[in-house]
Amino acid sequence: MSAVGEAVRERVGGLFWFWSVGAFRRSLPVLFLLGLAAFILGPLLSLILWAFAGRWFYPALLPQEFSLKWWDVVFGNRSVVNSIKYSLMTAPTVTLLSALICLPAAYAFARFQFPGRRFLLLSFLSANSFPKIGLYISIATLFYRLHLMTTFWGVVLIQLMGTLLFMIWIPTGTFRGINRSLEEAARDVGASGARTFFQITLPIAMPGLLVAGLFAFLAAFDEAQGTLIVGSPNYITMPVMMYTLVLNYPQPVGAVFSILLTLPSLVLLLLAQRLLRQGYLAAGYTL
Amino acid sequence: MAGLQLVNLTKRFGTTAAVYDFSLEVHDGELMCLLGPSGCGKTTTLRMIGGFATPDGGDILIEGHSVLALPPERRPTAMVFQRFNLWPHMTVTDNIAFGLRLRRLPAAAIHRKVGETLQLVGLPQAARKWPHQLSGGEQQRIAVARALVLEPKILLLDEPFSNLDARLRVRMREELKTLQRQVGITTVFVTHDQEEALTLADRIAVMNKGVMEQVDTPGVLYRRPQGLFVADFMGTMNFIRARYHRDRGALAGGQVGISARGDWHDGAVVTVAFRPEDVTFVDGDAGIPVQVRRVVNLGHYLEVTVDGSGVGAIKVFTDGQRPMSEGQSLNVHFRRILVYAEGLPLVEIEMPRLTHLRTAEEVVEGSPSV
Repeated sequence: MSAVGEAVRERVGGLFWFWSVGAFRRSLPVLFLLGLAAFILGPLLSLILWAFAGRWFYPALLPQEFSLKWWDVVFGNRSVVNSIKYSLMTAPTVTLLSALICLPAAYAFARFQFPGRRFLLLSFLSANSFPKIGLYISIATLFYRLHLMTTFWGVVLIQLMGTLLFMIWIPTGTFRGINRSLEEAARDVGASGARTFFQITLPIAMPGLLVAGLFAFLAAFDEAQGTLIVGSPNYITMPVMMYTLVLNYPQPVGAVFSILLTLPSLVLLLLAQRLLRQGYLAAGYTL
Repeated sequence: MAGLQLVNLTKRFGTTAAVYDFSLEVHDGELMCLLGPSGCGKTTTLRMIGGFATPDGGDILIEGHSVLALPPERRPTAMVFQRFNLWPHMTVTDNIAFGLRLRRLPAAAIHRKVGETLQLVGLPQAARKWPHQLSGGEQQRIAVARALVLEPKILLLDEPFSNLDARLRVRMREELKTLQRQVGITTVFVTHDQEEALTLADRIAVMNKGVMEQVDTPGVLYRRPQGLFVADFMGTMNFIRARYHRDRGALAGGQVGISARGDWHDGAVVTVAFRPEDVTFVDGDAGIPVQVRRVVNLGHYLEVTVDGSGVGAIKVFTDGQRPMSEGQSLNVHFRRILVYAEGLPLVEIEMPRLTHLRTAEEVVEGSPSV
């Protein structure tokens, strides 16, 4: 054993001598992290470069000239500006509407036992288990008859569909996680059922509900297929506009628009992180 | 302050009765323990008093008035739960003040009451803290404070210390007892821990399978448990199954005769019960011959398990004056026994006469007392 081992080590050890050098071994995790960062941030970096590039020709590593001219092109285009407006109208509307419909339902799912409870809960998965495009086509035929095609509310409805899953499932879990004795204690000291919900249950559930709302907003904001079918040509939202821009304009325009499309998600994410971090829930409420 | 009466209370879940025909009277200022194994209906009973469960039959009276029609928020009761008592999004002060604010008390009065109550439970420095900054024991104390601040007529506690470690649990018991005496509030305390019930309660109601087994003071309950269930549940008890023989008394394993007189018919099956501390070791030929199987030193006393033909394994508590070793042969005697028979009242016998029938021939030995 030792003879063979010796021989192997001699051969291999000769080639990979640096393996035994401490500095190399210590730097491995750092290299791995750098590689990972490049993999994740690389595309984003190139997006930003493209968005601000005035002239950038092969084989230069960086653009020869930086400029904001593509931003002018984007903001100078009326239909692009309109798409931003529509997106900022529909996504919040969808989120609010979704919360209004889903939160009471989620509370019922979490707190009450009723026949068909499991089946109904699972049914919210069904919208996500079919090929979306087929579903949208069949919904479109229905919307034609209801005169919802190319209307604001048609777009809202089709986007609403994608948010249901988040707005039902996450809050159901959140409400279920709130121990009943917290609510009962409030009733015990004299709070009515409604007051208990608004002063005890809702505040405690808030972090979870915010997360659900964030997901719902992003789902609505990024929705393109359904909106394209139902909304166009009157209601072109940002993700739908993206198709047009990528196909018909120079590359930097797409990059600029991508950044615009990322901004709301980024802002919301940072906001949510702040809200969640100050949470008492993260602090480990134990007994 | 007020008394509480439960009258023929019944609660069914589906077809099974969680609580059946339960009647109990808790006197003004009394600390009553509901004691029983898990699933015996004690918590359900407490929840019915608090208004969180609706009875299917019977009535609940506080100060002589039925509270059945009142929702929990209108009942003069305050409940402390097993856990998850405090609202995590409010400070300790806000937790305690919540009920007072609902009653629209002036801010100054709220401030004063919260301060007083925190003082009462010994946590004045916790006022500005958040629940997650408190230990489990402190959280439960704040929960008691929140219940007491509203000056309820009845205080309900649902195993409030069961999630605390053993040492803290004992301390919290003593604190609660002191606090209850000080405030003088009528209290119903639910527990499955008989030791907790014995140390806390003025009276204990033992429940089993939704039915009241016995309600008595801790002393009586320990000394004269009215049924086999209570006898087994409260403390440690030895049981010997025996057959009643008109001439020889209760015959255990056909070998040991225990002088017992009762209204049993000849051949009736009876159960002889006795506490480990009521077993004595005797010298000479008197008593029942046994062998020592195991000796466990529990500090201030020895727990000795002995084994004898006819009587089986018996637990004995002894003070360790007499040297004990495993395998040793001894004779035991009973200071006091209780004899149970199906459907008949308990018979209590002091210093029973024991006879041991050795092999085929009958040898009768007088016990020292007779």
